[in-house]
Amino acid sequence: MHKRLILLVVLALTAIAVKGQSKHWQLGRAPSSDELRQRDITVLPNGAGLPDGRGTAVEGEVVYRNKCLSCHGTNQEGTWPLIGGVGTLGSANPVKTVGSYWAYSTSIWDYVRRGMPFDKPGTLSPDEVYQVTAFLLYRNGIIGQNEVMTRETLPKVRMPNRDGFIPDGRPDVGNKPRASRSQN
Amino acid sequence: MESNEDTQDHSSTPSSFSRRRFLASATTLGALAVETALGAETPHELGAPLRPYGERSPFEKAMRVRSDPTGPVQAGSVLTPLQDLYGIITPSSLHFERNHAGVPDIDPDKHELLIHGLVDRPLVLTLADLKRLSSVSRILFIECPGNGSRTDYRGKPGLTPQTSAGLLGCCEWSGVLLSTLLREVGVKPEGRWVVAEGADASRLARSIPLEKAMDDVIVAYGQNGEAVRPEQGYPLRLVVPGWEGNTNVKWLHRLQLTDQPAMGRVEASSYTVLLPSGKAWQFTFVMDAKSIVTRPAGGQQLSSPGPYEITGFAWSGRARVAAVEVSTDGGKRWQKAELQEPNQTYALVRFRLPWTWDGSEAVIGSRCIDETGYTQPEREEIIAARGTHAPFHYNGVKWWRLHTNGELTYA
Repeated sequence: MHKRLILLVVLALTAIAVKGQSKHWQLGRAPSSDELRQRDITVLPNGAGLPDGRGTAVEGEVVYRNKCLSCHGTNQEGTWPLIGGVGTLGSANPVKTVGSYWAYSTSIWDYVRRGMPFDKPGTLSPDEVYQVTAFLLYRNGIIGQNEVMTRETLPKVRMPNRDGFIPDGRPDVGNKPRASRSQN
Repeated sequence: MESNEDTQDHSSTPSSFSRRRFLASATTLGALAVETALGAETPHELGAPLRPYGERSPFEKAMRVRSDPTGPVQAGSVLTPLQDLYGIITPSSLHFERNHAGVPDIDPDKHELLIHGLVDRPLVLTLADLKRLSSVSRILFIECPGNGSRTDYRGKPGLTPQTSAGLLGCCEWSGVLLSTLLREVGVKPEGRWVVAEGADASRLARSIPLEKAMDDVIVAYGQNGEAVRPEQGYPLRLVVPGWEGNTNVKWLHRLQLTDQPAMGRVEASSYTVLLPSGKAWQFTFVMDAKSIVTRPAGGQQLSSPGPYEITGFAWSGRARVAAVEVSTDGGKRWQKAELQEPNQTYALVRFRLPWTWDGSEAVIGSRCIDETGYTQPEREEIIAARGTHAPFHYNGVKWWRLHTNGELTYA
């Protein structure tokens, strides 16, 4: 009885193993680790994915003048204002900037790296991205002028609107049953 | 430009008939057709030659127009001419376009999809690989959550259906279910989100909860029976049924499983909804029920009193459309419109109501009710609840004013 049970278990495990071997497609290929390092540019709010590099606001101002100022203005007041607005979000005239609205410093780093400068996105070096990010944080009064931003320090920067986001509250309208006023 | 020799040479023998010449002569004939077109007479001459790729009649002028005519041309959006459409399918060439860094020029033979992160078996698939897998086709609307935000939400009503609600399209999308791919790579237990990234210049990325990814999301290579158009994401894009347009990541080249959303700009700032309290909704994925009368509508002219069909589109990202009601007196009385079958969940639904215009002023509008019981609200209800700084997910009833001279404007 005992031997028969063991035999059944062995047979069952073998069946599972065989099934396991054949269930994959034999399609595509596994990415190399180099390829993954190159293509994976995701940065998470906890800093995972940030590359090596460093920058301060003083250095960032130079990069800003050369590569950002033409759109964003001398005082970051251009078409898409980058500074100010803290404390205005609940007012009649909220001013949404990276300083007043964005909840994570890593979002700034990630967007500057991906999307800026507008006409040459993705061309800044990691150091330049740390520098510009530091400059924007400094201009918003969030860090000091000589604070060094790195993969370790940047995620620790607490943004003013860190707790400003709440889950989707819809349906807030349209959900009250209405009397049908059909005429026929 | 083609040389004169090429464009004027309509007598080429088949052996010398190059593809360039074929295309050039077809285009020239198209332009000539307007001037020499026949009315009711029977033609006594042969018509245009066979052509390798169809074009619409040169008499047809429906065009996409830019949402912001003064903005940059390599970022922004163009709007679908809703008033010129029949049925529920948006032609690929008229489907609205939204991009942040221009349309990339991608060679499909070199394009690959990388799936990695919190998975058991990271995988790189070519387009040819994807086309060997079980496919699905589904008619689905895609709507930008900013649809109407520049116009009606701000109290500057769009003059036409296109300028009021043209960030909307509905196509048959074909591809592989994302769940098929995720089952193959094996999502680790801590994998909760899928970060989808496009191959555009700014590598736009969006985080999608795993639950939706495993439900009905399509990795699409087909649009209305042919390859996805470049401005719609060629050669590969996500289509996320019922969810806001920006989650339908175009030029898809990477899917990463993570334990949390990436909080890129698109989800951390751009597509959030700031409320009067100063707090903002985040991850407002679902598109609410909405509808719009497309004929008779603003920018059009009725020639005389008499019979007309009131028609338009209704849709909802929450459920199937249950009913559409139409009013011609600004909302005092509502009548149920007929819904064209098939009425499919997360597709546009065509509604229609026969109507006789008696020549007096009328205020025409529609409201959509979906199967959850949600009824499309009036603009005032939305403003009262969300204030005037929450431009996304605006879905207020759109009213058109028909003047006694037959002219239609916004109400």
